[in-house]
Amino acid sequence: MNRFDYVRPRTVAEAVAAGAEPGSAFLAAGTNLLDLMKIGVARPARLVDLNHLPGLSSIEALPDGGLRIGAQIRNADLAHHAQVVRRFPAVAEALLSGASAQLRNAATVGGNLLQRTRCSYFQDTASACNKRAPGSGCDARGGDNRLHAVLGWSESCIATNPSDFCVALAAFDAVVEIEGPAGRREIPLRDFHRLPGSTPDRETDLAPGELIVALRLPGEAAGFAPHSRYVKLRERTSYAFAVVSAAAGLRIEDGRIAAARLALGGVAAKPWRATAAEAALVGAAPGADAFRAAAGLALAEAKPSGDNAFKIELARRIAVRALILAAAGTPARLPALPASPFAPIPGGLHG
Amino acid sequence: MSLSVTLTINHVPRTIDLDDPRVTLLDLLRERLNLTGTKKGCDRGQCGACTILLDGRRVNACLALAISHDGAEVLTIEGLAQGDTLHPVQAAFIAHDALQCGFCTPGQIMSAVGLIGEGQAGTDPERVREGMSGNLCRCAAYRGITEAVVEATQAMTTQQEAA
Repeated sequence: MNRFDYVRPRTVAEAVAAGAEPGSAFLAAGTNLLDLMKIGVARPARLVDLNHLPGLSSIEALPDGGLRIGAQIRNADLAHHAQVVRRFPAVAEALLSGASAQLRNAATVGGNLLQRTRCSYFQDTASACNKRAPGSGCDARGGDNRLHAVLGWSESCIATNPSDFCVALAAFDAVVEIEGPAGRREIPLRDFHRLPGSTPDRETDLAPGELIVALRLPGEAAGFAPHSRYVKLRERTSYAFAVVSAAAGLRIEDGRIAAARLALGGVAAKPWRATAAEAALVGAAPGADAFRAAAGLALAEAKPSGDNAFKIELARRIAVRALILAAAGTPARLPALPASPFAPIPGGLHG
Repeated sequence: MSLSVTLTINHVPRTIDLDDPRVTLLDLLRERLNLTGTKKGCDRGQCGACTILLDGRRVNACLALAISHDGAEVLTIEGLAQGDTLHPVQAAFIAHDALQCGFCTPGQIMSAVGLIGEGQAGTDPERVREGMSGNLCRCAAYRGITEAVVEATQAMTTQQEAA
């Protein structure tokens, strides 16, 4: 780990000022940042510690029935918050399917939005990586790339975003509140992460010094609570990143789908909201035929970036599975293994 | 800012001068305070061997900067027993042979204490297994570990009801 200066701001304004200085990085839990510093991928000159700032650690009910979640709320606290469990169950399921209990006790909402890719070439400082060292090339192209992107990738970068939480947030129209040198602004989570294009080092919409202060879940999304699921395929049973995942929500009225939400994880540099699939589901009877057609639309633009064509079919099937489970109804209590694709499907439907 | 950190470690308040902000809680415990029960396995948050309770919550000590946790309360495996009386989780690990080499055991036990405190898993073995999935055991003593955690949960519930 490189040497760095440590600063402990007492207000958000102080944090923003310190964060805007070249070489600064914000320290929340550090579960991702310290890991990357240990392997030399992140080398900040200055850590701006957010852990002693007031005002970033509460969850408030909003007049529209939504929630405003402080950026320093820990993943475990959010996942077990009564209003999240009741009104945004797919968000809770996504959170609990990620990492380990130890990491969820530490990791923060704000930090999760800034989680870096698990691409092994990004993590290996001996490899070429346009994200870590712009212009150096991409050793993942033509390398070991079976887990890389199938949507939205470019010749510069084929990495994926590893977050589970962000997939559910994208599906349910979360909004990110940001404080920065130019004041306060907000941006839909769907627009927060960028596709790589020719600048994969620019991963989010944040400018230097800008700090995520809160996240909002709109009350409108709570309408999907009776039919909301997150499903995640992993290479081991638990404590693993998604190969592919999907967050799905349905509003069912008189036996027809009145509204649908669908986002995919593990497929692109950002959580992938599937709006064409959502539109196609409106008016359809909930069932395997409609869900297969929707999943087809969600992956219509997909193409392999290497030895990963299998992920396209897997993503289709996980999307179908998430929709089937959502249609069957949100369980009263999350299953022992949240988001498992191996859970029996209520009613005996098969994806 | 002077680099000193005040922590309550195993019920004892300590103020420690740091010569470098890079020191993790894990290295502070092992290298500065000689509390070597907390193990360094992967040092990257992947194995759980360094699990401690930080303000009552289980976390990976390898991914926590000591300086950032000024004022916190730390409980390690060394602070768990009451004198010669083992904590119910420690006793259950012995009763169920929940280890072979023992390297991961302090982390397993601290993680189990955290899990039981969280109250999400109860005595459902499937939920216990999932709740303990952040602690790897290369000897694969998982069956004994799960049995021990279930038994300790029952013992602690009975204790609480009796109290």
